[in-house]
Amino acid sequence: MSERPAGPDSTPRPDRIKAIGLLSGGLDSTLAARVLLEQGIEVVGIHYSTGFCMNDHRRALARPDEDPRRMRNEGLRAGADLGIPIEVLDAGEAYLRMVLNPRHGYGKRANPCIDCRIFMIHGAAEYMREHGGHFVFTGEVLGQRPMSQHMQSLKLIEKECGIAGYLLRPLSAKHLPSTMPERLGWVDRERLLSISGRSRKEQMSWSERFGLSDYPQPAGGCCFLADENFARRFHDKKEHSRVEEIRREELILLKVGRHFRLSPGVKIIVARDEAENRFLARFEDLGWRFEALECGSPVTLVEGEPDENLKQLIAAITARYSDRRGEPLVEVAARRADREERLLVPPVADRVLEAYRI
Amino acid sequence: MRQCSGKEPAEVAVRSDAVLDTVGLYCPLPIIKTAERMRTLRAGAVLEVLSDDRVILVDMPAWCRSTRNEYLGAQPDGPEYHLFVRKGA
Repeated sequence: MSERPAGPDSTPRPDRIKAIGLLSGGLDSTLAARVLLEQGIEVVGIHYSTGFCMNDHRRALARPDEDPRRMRNEGLRAGADLGIPIEVLDAGEAYLRMVLNPRHGYGKRANPCIDCRIFMIHGAAEYMREHGGHFVFTGEVLGQRPMSQHMQSLKLIEKECGIAGYLLRPLSAKHLPSTMPERLGWVDRERLLSISGRSRKEQMSWSERFGLSDYPQPAGGCCFLADENFARRFHDKKEHSRVEEIRREELILLKVGRHFRLSPGVKIIVARDEAENRFLARFEDLGWRFEALECGSPVTLVEGEPDENLKQLIAAITARYSDRRGEPLVEVAARRADREERLLVPPVADRVLEAYRI
Repeated sequence: MRQCSGKEPAEVAVRSDAVLDTVGLYCPLPIIKTAERMRTLRAGAVLEVLSDDRVILVDMPAWCRSTRNEYLGAQPDGPEYHLFVRKGA
């Protein structure tokens, strides 16, 4: 490998070293960027939109009582606080395909953490090749996460993202072999950190020292892929679909409502409140939509083609979650494009319902 | 071209050179599209961004601070907002 793997400028001078970093806006990535800024290094933050961020989903639901500041984009906020440019990238279809077929498997839920890191670091390296830069950095901390941040995983990620030697982890650098930026004198290894393990106390202490106080609570969990309920629905979807045919919309819908699998080919999503009703209404082109009539009712969206028996069951489940759940019979409308059918059904009993819940 | 009198923080009339409609899109797509559109404008030009995502009132000023563009303010218009951004040098 040449002195540097990427970027059009092949004669970097120490006074204009530029680092490209993954910046989620969380404590670790913000601190990693700050550590490099302290050394006079120019930093550009890459913030990926994956489609699985819980914050972004809350924004899409647009509940009027949510405080907008609690739904802000943390990457943009961190970029503004650090005074560095942020490039927001849409991970897009390639990311979805990776999530559905991770080479290195899933963690405890539906989290393909190793493949996700490789995807994003690879993207940062591509950005560096296109826009210039000398190395890539991340806020990874040795031993912090069980799947992707132990020594073997860190080495594997570096190897697979194609910039071996040019990937710096400033927070744990002193526990790791020295990188090319350190050996070439672009970065002073002595001023990098030696953090490891799951505790965030050391990061908090450094952040305080650097005057960084406005960051989301560490380890709060913002990724649907690591959420237990989402993961159950995700794996059910994979189990009952041809993986290559799963569309983005179907994954988006896993984030919202109550989910029930009624048969191998039919599942339904029942909205939980008005905001979810509005959200599901955007997807009504997908298939049948059920609503109880003349009362407050959830929107029930159907995936697959239900037969007449299943339509009765879907209507009964919709009735169960409507304002008329205490009545013996409830009229429910089933609509698809210009078609409408009406069904008069008793609300389903909870013990029956539970057998279908995903 | 469009004239507006922004309320916060722009007190004076703002004349936009280009308009970007992001209504119906949610974070971070309006910001991604704003960044793309800004690349096509000359320094000093004003972009008007239409959005119905109220959190953009928090994100757009942050994006402007980090990218050295100038956030001129926003005007509500029913369920939508008109945000004004001047491209930095």
